[in-house]
Amino acid sequence: MEFILIIVSAIFVNNIVLAQFLGVCPFMGVSNKLSTATGMSGAVCFVITLATVVTYLINQYFLEPLGLRFLQTIAFILVIAALVQIVEIVLKKISQSLYQALGIFLPLITTNCAVLGVAINVVTKEFTFGGAPHVLNLGEATVYALATSLGYGLAMILFAGLREQMSRNNVPEAFKGLPIAFITVGIMAMAFLGFSGIV
Amino acid sequence: MAAKSNLKNMVLSLTLVCLVCSALLGGVYALTAEPIRQAEEAKVAASIARVLPPFEAQPQLESVLVDDEAYSYYRVPGAGYAVLSTVVGFGGPLSLMVGIDENGIVVNTVVLSHSETPGLGAKCTTDELFIDQFQGWNPAEKKLSVIKDGGDVDAITASTITSRAYAKAIDNAVKVYSKLTENE
Amino acid sequence: MSKFGLITKGLLKENPTFVLVLGMCPTLATTTSAMNGLEMGLATMFVLILSNIVISLIAPVVPDKVHIPVYIVVIATFVTLLQLLMQAYTPDVYETLGLFIPLIVVNCIVLGRAEAFASKNSVGDSALDGIGIGIGFTLTLTVIGMVREILGSGSIFGWKFIPGDGILAFVMAPGAFLVLGYLMVLFNKLAKR
Repeated sequence: MEFILIIVSAIFVNNIVLAQFLGVCPFMGVSNKLSTATGMSGAVCFVITLATVVTYLINQYFLEPLGLRFLQTIAFILVIAALVQIVEIVLKKISQSLYQALGIFLPLITTNCAVLGVAINVVTKEFTFGGAPHVLNLGEATVYALATSLGYGLAMILFAGLREQMSRNNVPEAFKGLPIAFITVGIMAMAFLGFSGIV
Repeated sequence: MAAKSNLKNMVLSLTLVCLVCSALLGGVYALTAEPIRQAEEAKVAASIARVLPPFEAQPQLESVLVDDEAYSYYRVPGAGYAVLSTVVGFGGPLSLMVGIDENGIVVNTVVLSHSETPGLGAKCTTDELFIDQFQGWNPAEKKLSVIKDGGDVDAITASTITSRAYAKAIDNAVKVYSKLTENE
Repeated sequence: MSKFGLITKGLLKENPTFVLVLGMCPTLATTTSAMNGLEMGLATMFVLILSNIVISLIAPVVPDKVHIPVYIVVIATFVTLLQLLMQAYTPDVYETLGLFIPLIVVNCIVLGRAEAFASKNSVGDSALDGIGIGIGFTLTLTVIGMVREILGSGSIFGWKFIPGDGILAFVMAPGAFLVLGYLMVLFNKLAKR
């Protein structure tokens, strides 16, 4: 039951892009084509979930017991960088076409604030799922990371659809490209605000 | 330009950088540990000063179990107890410090952290009418729930859920006080 | 580029937000008020200048294949340094900016400048580059923060000139995107002249 709360909250109520402002750069960069957006969502989903689990374990069994909490930032980002490298190598072997399509965006997942953001949030913030506010355990953290990245994918795919549509319409010169994109996201964010308070 | 990318150089440079950086950080961490501790203590002291009458004794941090939940509180001899109470608000955890004097009267409350909606629930930190009603609140005479729920708490307009949570937080703190003084 | 040019390019020609379109996340998240925007900009500038200097110093001796992880470690070190210093001496600002201080590590501006400029230029020029882009970023964040604060809370730098609440949407998520979008339009129009 509690997991449903986590999922609804992470995808709709506190959407990682539309409410928490994490992962905006690649969000704007990849969303002009629906196919790239879908591919990117998948890659990000995988990286966020895996990275969260690994950093959580490293934090719990290594950093905290040794009183090395101040090394969190460095340790986490290095783990993420390593994971992205691995994903790149694996993807090159499994699907050359997707690898080509994602191009420069794949290594850029390392600097995607969403990945580091979720990893840090999970070990520092108190959440209110199912009872008193508490720091998530590993199971909750994994579901949270998975759901968060699904929310990211959802937002990106919705947005890509909108942008493809907009590119066929008459946008005033000064608004073309990023400005109208940002305004559109703003309206999307307003729509998602309607979900607040559900969980 | 850059050095050759053979294995020895790569491992060497990465290891060296990590070592130097860790040493630097370890040093700064040691240097800042004391100021950080002091900054945190100052913050706690400021909060306690807001919720309890003026005191001179040193607040003692202790913990107690009420209904299987652990609550932290500061015992201030001569002034009362400053209880840390966290509940589920509208947008996330709502953390209060509740000051209860030695007669069981709520002296004052202060919000430590919240995720409430700006302009609505967030008013719990700025709305004087709402906050002031809890000053000098006697839980034996007045019920700590919103009027809508049959209590005596005047809720913030259009922010019933936040107000309910706020009242609940204070109610929990009162329960802690009762538990602490039940043997006296 | 002249030394003066290095310092001022961050304002218009290479404005990190409107031209380079980097560092969007902190731009949107921390501009709920002019003061917050200013603080975030300064914090980022601190890391930017220091990492630019160090990276320009070690770039000649770092093997090409590991340069990304090495740069990341350097940047993360300065970010952690900033975290510790802020926790100790400016705890209120530290709490307000919250998650976005450690996120400076992945702020594309910092790694971007390291790659594009610091690794290829002298220490002095890299420091100036850090200052220039940093000033541009800080100014931009402050302006966006000012707009959102005026519209959303009716105040400037905490001084309320409209009693009561403003149009709250502007200090919440949608407002960030909308203000950024419209300011971008304004910037494009003005810069094109």
